[in-house]
Amino acid sequence: MSLDFAMLGQLTQIFGPSGSEEPVGEFIANQLRPYCDELTTDTLGNLIVCRHGTGKKIMVAAHMDEIGLMITHLDKEGFLRFTTLGGVRIPNLVGQRVKFSNGRVGTIGVEKLEKPSDFKLDKLYLDIGVSSREEAELFVNIGDTAVFCGDFVESGSRIISKALDDRIGCFVAMEALKRTKSTHELVFVFTVQEEIGTRGARTAAYALEPDLAIAVDVTMTGDTPKAHPMSVKLGGGVGIKVLDHSMVTSPQIKRWMAAVATELNIPFQWEVLEYGGTDSGAIHISRGGVPSGVLSIPTRYVHSPAEMLDKRDVEAAVELLVALLERPEF
Amino acid sequence: MLLKSLSELNGTSGDEGLVRNFVRQQIESFTETITIDKMGNLIASKNGNSPGPKVMITAHMDEVALMIIDITSDGFLKFQPVGGIDARILVSKPVQINESLIGVIGAKAIHLQKRSERQKAMSFDQLYIDIGAKSKEDALSKVKLGDYAYFITKCELFGEGLYKGKAFDDRVGCAILVELLKNDYDFPVVAAFTVQEEVGLRGAKVAAYHVAPDFAIVIEGTIAMDVSDREEEGWVTELGKGPACSLMDRATLYSPELIQWVTDIARQKGIPLQFRRGSSGGNDAGTIHVSKAGIPTIVLSVPCRYIHSFASVISEKDYLACLNLVDELLKDLPRKLGVNLIDKEEIV
Amino acid sequence: MINTQMQRSREFLSLLSIASGVSGYETSIATLVKERFTTIADEVRCDTFGNVYALKKGNNKSYKKIMLAAHIDEIGLIVKKIDPRGFLSFTSIGGVDQRTLLSQEVLVHGREAVPGIIGSLPPHMLQDGDSEQAVKMEDMVIDVGLSPAKLNEVIQVGDIITLKREMLPLLNNVIAGKSLDDRAGVVVMMVCLDELSRLQHAHDVIAVATTQEEVGVRGALTSAYTLNPDLAVAIDVTHATTPDTKGQVTIELGKGPAIALGPNIHPAIYRHFSEVAQEHRLPIQIEPIPGSSGTDAWAIQVSQAGVPTGLISIPLRYMHTSVETLDMQDVLDSGKLLAHFIASLPNDLEEFLCY
Repeated sequence: MSLDFAMLGQLTQIFGPSGSEEPVGEFIANQLRPYCDELTTDTLGNLIVCRHGTGKKIMVAAHMDEIGLMITHLDKEGFLRFTTLGGVRIPNLVGQRVKFSNGRVGTIGVEKLEKPSDFKLDKLYLDIGVSSREEAELFVNIGDTAVFCGDFVESGSRIISKALDDRIGCFVAMEALKRTKSTHELVFVFTVQEEIGTRGARTAAYALEPDLAIAVDVTMTGDTPKAHPMSVKLGGGVGIKVLDHSMVTSPQIKRWMAAVATELNIPFQWEVLEYGGTDSGAIHISRGGVPSGVLSIPTRYVHSPAEMLDKRDVEAAVELLVALLERPEF
Repeated sequence: MLLKSLSELNGTSGDEGLVRNFVRQQIESFTETITIDKMGNLIASKNGNSPGPKVMITAHMDEVALMIIDITSDGFLKFQPVGGIDARILVSKPVQINESLIGVIGAKAIHLQKRSERQKAMSFDQLYIDIGAKSKEDALSKVKLGDYAYFITKCELFGEGLYKGKAFDDRVGCAILVELLKNDYDFPVVAAFTVQEEVGLRGAKVAAYHVAPDFAIVIEGTIAMDVSDREEEGWVTELGKGPACSLMDRATLYSPELIQWVTDIARQKGIPLQFRRGSSGGNDAGTIHVSKAGIPTIVLSVPCRYIHSFASVISEKDYLACLNLVDELLKDLPRKLGVNLIDKEEIV
Repeated sequence: MINTQMQRSREFLSLLSIASGVSGYETSIATLVKERFTTIADEVRCDTFGNVYALKKGNNKSYKKIMLAAHIDEIGLIVKKIDPRGFLSFTSIGGVDQRTLLSQEVLVHGREAVPGIIGSLPPHMLQDGDSEQAVKMEDMVIDVGLSPAKLNEVIQVGDIITLKREMLPLLNNVIAGKSLDDRAGVVVMMVCLDELSRLQHAHDVIAVATTQEEVGVRGALTSAYTLNPDLAVAIDVTHATTPDTKGQVTIELGKGPAIALGPNIHPAIYRHFSEVAQEHRLPIQIEPIPGSSGTDAWAIQVSQAGVPTGLISIPLRYMHTSVETLDMQDVLDSGKLLAHFIASLPNDLEEFLCY
């Protein structure tokens, strides 16, 4: 399978923190226009891509937003204070570069600390290379959001980049839509605000009332030195979610997904994720309940500027999603 | 099945009656004399009048358990362990009291705990048994101070060729000893089913003194830590590799010459054998080998995972191999001891 | 009569208690509930979320819908990793206290149910201080006694694990076992429907055995949306006093169901429960809850345009352990109280619920 990984490169580098996903949506819309019947954006900003068909209404969800920062204060010397947007790990922030939508880049610094345990968000600041509040205001305002800088790099079968969570999900969904011959009613939703509480998926699922939903997102791995025990590993195949904090996948759905993968010899691994959740968490309890499953891309260093995944797992994910859309029986 | 019955019987140090009665019934028809000594040890002998070395084989009847030491004003039972028990295994388990009464060891619900509490183990003085009593009086009508509470576990086949159950330490030894008594040897054999091993090897001390054997074999259930990611050097023994011959423990340093003999016999007869590779713990050999002027003693053990807990695990192969090996050792024993005697005469 | 009801309730609870049904995997419990409720309700059905609905019709033509909810899921464990030697690492589904797990027998629900043991170290091998720290769940493993080859045939990552526990009779009418939270609530619904068949009731009663409560009241959320009831009562368990909960807990075992009040509870429902209890000389205890009740009632109350909700709780010791302990008399009293509550609701619910 030849996937358009160059396009993934572009997709990961687009600015799109929670609440400011429009540029990502625009890019995806342009890519998918030839492959769908209808493109809309809803109240919260979800991009909804429909390809009409008969049979079941299947919702595919991948979130466009990435984690980032929001500016809360500008001081006299032009240093900025900020809060986090989504699950940002504070101890990893010092020395990171972040970028605003206008392209302005800054470095995160830290005050002098008495002891390591003082390492708190309020000791950090952002330096955007200005020397006064007035000068800073030329580029940044309170409430502006920024994302981490992290180039897209291909390293053998591995890919390293920022925002693979969850542009890789968007990518898998896009590539699947291009390839699938499913005759069912397909609704691909590129959701907003997943990182701050799966909010886009929630409203989209309510509005769409699908018969079945599949989310595509990243998952963590246990294959690094002295990692928290987890069986998922890079290159081990697409993850089929059994459980995370937001959802227990119904046994019928997980067996259906595994059966299709087994039949087509698509490598897969069971994913038991002890932390976090994804769009399906919100979708599966929409209204009277929506049968839902998740395909996961094993990813190391999730929520860092250098997330890493394996192309083979991405290929398996696309292949499995295409197949699932063509035979939604469970 | 003998092992299942023995495992499911309740009998801790000082309360071995049920086990003693059961063993007695089992061996009555094929032993010559059966006595119960002043400690409560069950002493059975065969071939008592023949010449030759007198061999004592021992296994202890007692298991670890809990003793009721107080009853609270609202009818809950406080307890302390009899023998070595890690209090951390007790929470959320049922126990049997006085054969007719069931109690549970509960704990404050997770919802009511502080986060830090979940990281701290609960100690014996924080734990209690709930028997559903409405009051102290209600509890006292069913339980007396000094009563015992036992683990409730069925002995069953487990996994591939394994058994799961409580009290394998040392009911496996008791079972093997009962089986051995069915055989005939042409020298005096004394079986000592001992009491109070778990509280200090005390029954065996007395038994060794009054039996005064020429040679002793202790049959035990011992520690196997061949689990999970634990490094091999810390396993002590492992399941499925045959009985374990002790080299050293906290109570005994075993004779290299006898260890060599055990090794040779095992090799000759094609019986798997492993060594107990660790020096912690102790067993009846500790008091036997220093009895009177000293008694040559060996220990053979069936490896046992999760010893002193609700559910320990042994391998059936190890159990049978241990039985087989002790039998072969006994058959060879006159030769072994005879050689020694001749050697001594030559020296004189 | 009384004894038959006690016996029947006890047997049904035992059946439910020993069966396996971790959140998301409640099918076998749902089957038991369906079988039983088919005999006492007019109509029984399931939804895609696994919730079971048992309808008992009222005799008022312009009926309103009364929803009862008790959850059938239990907390449990799940295989998260299998090491090369065949030992299973696991994590929890729902709030499991890691300190209750050592030396516990389990069932691993793979291709078949495989017995296992959560191993403990021999006390002889402990270092000083070891026994003061709780063993972390991530450091525990399950031993199933199978060779890696055989194990891979029957067990996979993602397989569900339940604790092995019979339901145990203690003194008086007290029983102990696993998953009494909230299978005892299901028994309360059974007793209630039994009683209702002897009483006149105006409104339709839909007893819902809900799923996935322990992972976030998810079954109650979806079933309440589906039913859109006019009034709902959740039935769950609440903490009962033990020597180590003094000052934290006031509800006692064997003193009758706890009737909740507070923001989660419609005041008219609480009031009516108290009045009915007094009228029928049924014991109750009052349980003020200042915020979330942490039960199905919390989700149901804000479903759709809002649902007037009540909560009746069975006192229970050692919640979320495998030796949860309750008094069967409290279960029976809860069922009866609920039945009389429903039977005495006026035809005009709107006025009854008017603030």
